[in-house]
Order: sequence, then structure tokens, then C-alpha cells
Amino acid sequence: MSMGALDKITHNCKHATFLIEKKLIGRLTLREKIFLRIHLFGCGVCRLYQAQTTKINQMIRQLFLDTTKHDVKLTDEVKKEMQDRIEDELNKN
Amino acid sequence: MNIHIDPHSWVRAHADYLYAYTRARVNDEEQARDLVQETFLAALEKINTFEGRSSERTWLTAILRNKIIDHYRKKSSVLLNADVRQAEDEQTGFFNPDDGHWNSEPAPKHFGIDDYDPLRSKEFDHILMKCMQKLPALWLSVFTMKHMDDEATDIILAELKLTSSNFWVIIHRAKLNLRACLQKNWI
Repeated sequence: MSMGALDKITHNCKHATFLIEKKLIGRLTLREKIFLRIHLFGCGVCRLYQAQTTKINQMIRQLFLDTTKHDVKLTDEVKKEMQDRIEDELNKN
Repeated sequence: MNIHIDPHSWVRAHADYLYAYTRARVNDEEQARDLVQETFLAALEKINTFEGRSSERTWLTAILRNKIIDHYRKKSSVLLNADVRQAEDEQTGFFNPDDGHWNSEPAPKHFGIDDYDPLRSKEFDHILMKCMQKLPALWLSVFTMKHMDDEATDIILAELKLTSSNFWVIIHRAKLNLRACLQKNWI
């Protein structure tokens, strides 16, 4: 591999972070895997990015698993309105 | 006749659940309420299609889910230009335009997230939600469908009419902005 080609891999954090995201939820081609492996070997900042973005995905997943436990509720007034609309529709038939 | 379906008790039995489900995906109380109400009315219209193979709640949630996707679709087509461009502007300085290397100021640095255990502590949920809500509607839709609902990628492409390369660009850009926002706002 020429020095220029290697530089393109080691410098391109933008592409490396793209591949990190793709790897997290999809599949990389062999070429992409090699790119990412070489890049991460030499780039501590992107290794940190990888750790943080993986953590963010866990946080999001957890946040939404907890959805129904969150204290988001409708007021009795809104609920009454909703049920009234349903009853109206039922009475039409 | 269906045995396990009773519209007279829908609101009492399911409204809070459906509302919480919606609020986690739609950042607007009023729109979330409307979506739940529309779900009940849509369910009434097709009550004959309920076959009792799933629970009443699962059936209602499936109807709601389609309503939420419609909502995303409308919102992202209306707002597409302005808010996406603004979000793209936010990240133009992230990388050196010539070789793609991180610029030093916006580059990832160690911050509180590195020792944070999402399973144990909930104190940063509100920062996470705030940062997610800053994403453009289309990006948030793609992001939500993928990360929260674990939707298959080809379904997302079809429902939001995206190409596969659009999809990966959005996933990448949404995460760059989200991570930067967390680094900036984490206390």
C-alpha cells in the first residue's frame, strides 16, 4: 500500500465514524472492515467515539424500554373527552 | 362477534399506555394526544378486522404505530429543507474538509458518559431526550424507528421513501450531532 493510500485511511475520521455507525446496526463489506480496523488501530479519538456512540445506543434503548414506566399520564379530563368521542361514534351506528 | 374487545373501556384500560408510547416518539403533547384519539377512532372503524389473535392492546398499538409513522412522514416532508440544512450546518466544522480528520475543538473527548451506566441511573435521560429533540424531524424519525423500535432497515426505507445511501448518511449525521450535543450539555 502506498503512503498516500494509507494516509487516506488514517486521516479520514469522517469516514471512520460513518463505518462505526454502519457496523453498529448493519454489516460492513470486507473493504470497509479493513479500512475501519486500520483506522481505529491508529486513532484514539475514533476509538473513543466508538465507545461513546455504543453507550448512546444503550441509553436510548433503555430510555424506551422504560417508556411505559415513565410518569407520562393523561389527565382525567382528557380521558373523559376521549371516551366521549368513542361513545359518540358508537352511538352513530 | 369478538370476545375480548370492548370500546367502552378502551380509554380506561389503554389510554395512558398508548400516550406514553407516543410521547416517547413524538415530542409534542398535543400531537401525541391527537394521535391517541385518532387511534381509538380508527380502531372503531375497523373493529371487525380484530380477530382476537393478539391482545386488544397489541392491536391498538399496531394502529397507533402506523399513525406515528404517518406523522413522521408528514412532518419530515414539510420541514425537510430548513431544519435539515441547519443541522448539517452544525456539523460542517466537525471534520477537516480536505482529509476528513477531526477538527480539534469538536472532536470526541472524555466526558461523563464514559463512566455512566445506563442500566443503573436515569439522571441523564432528560439531556438525551433534549438532544434528540434537536434533530431534524426526518433524522429523528429514521433514528427512532431504528434505535427504539428496532425496525428492519428495508421497512424504514420503504415507509419514509429513502434510498439506502440516504439512510446511512442520516444515521451517521444524526449520531454525530447527538453525540456532540451530549458532550456539550453533560454536567
